[in-house]
Amino acid sequence: MSPTLHENLRPNKAIIRDAKRPVLRLLVRNHPGVMSHVCGLFARRAFNMEAILCLPVEDGEKSVILLLVDEDERLEQVIRQLEKLEDVLDITQEEDGHEAFEAMAEYLAAR
Amino acid sequence: MKITGAQIIALFLEQHGIEVVPGIPGGANLPLYDALRASRVRHILARHEQGAGFIAQGMARATGRTAVCFATSGPGATNLLTAIADAKLDSVPVVAITGQVPRAMIGTDAFQEIDTYGLTIPITKHNYLVRDAKELLEVIPQAFKIAASGRPGPVVVDVPKDVQNQVIDIERLPDPLPVDPPRAPSLEEVLSAKELLSTSQRPVILIGAGTVASESGNLVLELAELIDAPIASTLMGLGAIPSSHPRMLGMIGMHGARSTNLILHESDLIIALGMRFDDRATGKVEQFCPNASIIHVDIDRCELGKIKTPAVPIQADVRLFLEALIPHLTPTSRPEWGRMTDELRRLYPLEMPHADDPLQPYGVVLQTAKLLEEEPIVVTDVGQHQMWVAQAYPFTFARQWLTSGGLGTMGFGFPAAIGASLARPSKTVVCFSGDGSFLMNIQEMATAAELNVNVKIILFNNGSLGLVRQQQELFYGARYHATRFEFQPDFVAIARGFGWKAFDLGASSHPKETLAQALNTTGPCLINVPIDDTLNVLPMVPPGAANIEMIGGQTHVAHSA
Repeated sequence: MSPTLHENLRPNKAIIRDAKRPVLRLLVRNHPGVMSHVCGLFARRAFNMEAILCLPVEDGEKSVILLLVDEDERLEQVIRQLEKLEDVLDITQEEDGHEAFEAMAEYLAAR
Repeated sequence: MKITGAQIIALFLEQHGIEVVPGIPGGANLPLYDALRASRVRHILARHEQGAGFIAQGMARATGRTAVCFATSGPGATNLLTAIADAKLDSVPVVAITGQVPRAMIGTDAFQEIDTYGLTIPITKHNYLVRDAKELLEVIPQAFKIAASGRPGPVVVDVPKDVQNQVIDIERLPDPLPVDPPRAPSLEEVLSAKELLSTSQRPVILIGAGTVASESGNLVLELAELIDAPIASTLMGLGAIPSSHPRMLGMIGMHGARSTNLILHESDLIIALGMRFDDRATGKVEQFCPNASIIHVDIDRCELGKIKTPAVPIQADVRLFLEALIPHLTPTSRPEWGRMTDELRRLYPLEMPHADDPLQPYGVVLQTAKLLEEEPIVVTDVGQHQMWVAQAYPFTFARQWLTSGGLGTMGFGFPAAIGASLARPSKTVVCFSGDGSFLMNIQEMATAAELNVNVKIILFNNGSLGLVRQQQELFYGARYHATRFEFQPDFVAIARGFGWKAFDLGASSHPKETLAQALNTTGPCLINVPIDDTLNVLPMVPPGAANIEMIGGQTHVAHSA
C-alpha cells in the first residue's frame, strides 16, 4: 500500500449529501456471493451506485446493505430487479440513510 | 441414514421426477456419477457440455417441466455457459449441477478450477456454491422451486467434489418444495383492463412466450372472439394459437409480414400477454404502435414499464388474467377495424415464393409440414432458416415450436431437438438448421446415433452465414466479409459416417419424393437442401428502424409511411 496515495482524500460530500441520491436499504442473506449478486446487477443493468456499506447483523446469517444510488426514472426498475434476487430478503428506501455515509466520510477524512 | 452429498443429489433427482439427465463426467463430478449409476435416473452422455445443456433445454421447452444437466468443473462448466444463458433469456427451467474442485483447493487455481458461481451470476435466475453436504438438503429443492416458479429460468448448483463425498447422517430426505402458485390479477386490475378495452376501436392481442408457458391459447382465442380483435405473436409466442386461425396474424417484428406490422401500427390498444417488448419484435421502440395504449400482462413485474410504459400494467399469470377478465366482457363487434385489418392482410400478405418447390426455403418448410402425417415438434437453429420457418410453418399447438429467441444461439437447434425427442418420444422432431448453425454442435450426431432418436435435420445449406450475409448486402453496401464458407463439408457423407441415414435433395431427380422418404425413416436422418446463397429473408426491418420501414417482401406498392 502506498501511504501517499491515501493522503488528503477528501470524501465527496456533495455526492453523499445529495438528497436526489436516495439510499436503499437491503436485508440480504449473508454469504460470500451476495455482494457479487447486488453489485453485478448494478453493473450489468447500467444503473449507477455511488456508495455502498455492508454490515452483518444479529447472528451473522444476514447482512444489511446500504446503497447510495442515482435517482432517475429507472429507480423503480432498479428496486424491482433487486427484489428478484433470491438473496435479497427486503428492500426499503431509507430516509436518513445519508447519515451513514456521512459517518463513513468523517472516518475517511480523519485518516 | 448415512448418506453422501452425491447420493443426496441423486435421490433428490428421482424424487423430483427427473428421469433423464444429459451431461459429461469429469474429475470433479465423479462422485455424482458414481451415485447416479446406482439410481433410476438415465444418463445421456453428450459429446460437449453445451450439447448437454441444450438437450436439457429441449426437454424443458418441449414439456414445460424442469430439466437437469451435469458438467464437471472448469471447462465442463464454461462449456455449459451458453446453454445456461440461452435458458435465462428465454425463461426455460433448467437446473445445472456442476462439479467443483474440493473446498480446500478453491481459490488456488487448482486443475480445472473456475469460478462457476461468479461466472453464472449474470446468466442464471439464481445460483449456489454448496459449502457443506447439509446445505444440499435445502439447496436442491430450492433450485427446483426457483427454476419453475413465476417466470421460469436456469439455476446452477456448483458442488465441490469433497462435498459430494461428504457423509452426513439424515433421518429422511426432505420433500420437494411446492412451486409458487401463479399470481392472479386483482379485481381492480381486471376492471382497469376492461375499461380501457371498452374505449378501444382498434385493439390487437399480442402474445408472447408467457402465453405458451401458461398454456392459455384457448383463452386468448376466446378473448379475441369476444372483443373482435386480431392476434399477433412474438417469435416466442408462436404455436400458442394455430397459425391457420383466421384471427392469427402471425409474427410481428423484424421479419414479420408487412400486414402484421402495419396492423400493429394502426392499432389503438395493444393487449400484450406474456411478452417483453424485445427489440427484434418492436423495432424502434418510440415508433412502435405510436397510437396505442398498452395493457401489459406479465408474470415478471420487472417487465412492466421496462421498455414501454403501459396504461394498465398487470403482474399476473396470463391464464389467470384471462380467466378473470373474460367473465367481465360482453361480446363487442368492431366491423370497421375488421374491414381494415382484412384489407391490410389482403394488400400486404407474407409473400412465400416457390411454396411448392422443396429446393426453396418456403417450399421445403411447407412441404415438410404437408408430408408429415402427425404434427411434429419443430426446432430450429438461428439464422435465415429460423426466420423462414417462423414465418411459414403452420403451427398447431403450444410447445410445438422450439427456438432460441433471446440469445439467438447458433448451435441450439440440434441438441435441443435431441432433448425434445427424449421428452416426447412418440413425436417426430424436425430440426431446421443451417450449415453455419449445424456445425456448431455437430458432435451431437454421435449422441443422436447412440440414442436412435427420431430427429430429422433439414439442413438449409447455402455455404454461408446467411442472415449476416444478408445484413452485409442490405446495410454494408454488399461488402461481404467472412460470411462465405470457403470450405464446405459434405454433410451427407458426415451423417453417414455417424451411422445416420442421409439424403441430398439437390442430388435427387424427385426431391419431393426424396423428402417424403427421408421424413418417413426411423431414427436420426439428415436431409441436405442446397439453398441459393443470394436469397434474403423478407420483409426485413433494418436494425434500429421502425417496424413499418420494411424492406422487400411485397408484390404491391406500399403507401408512403
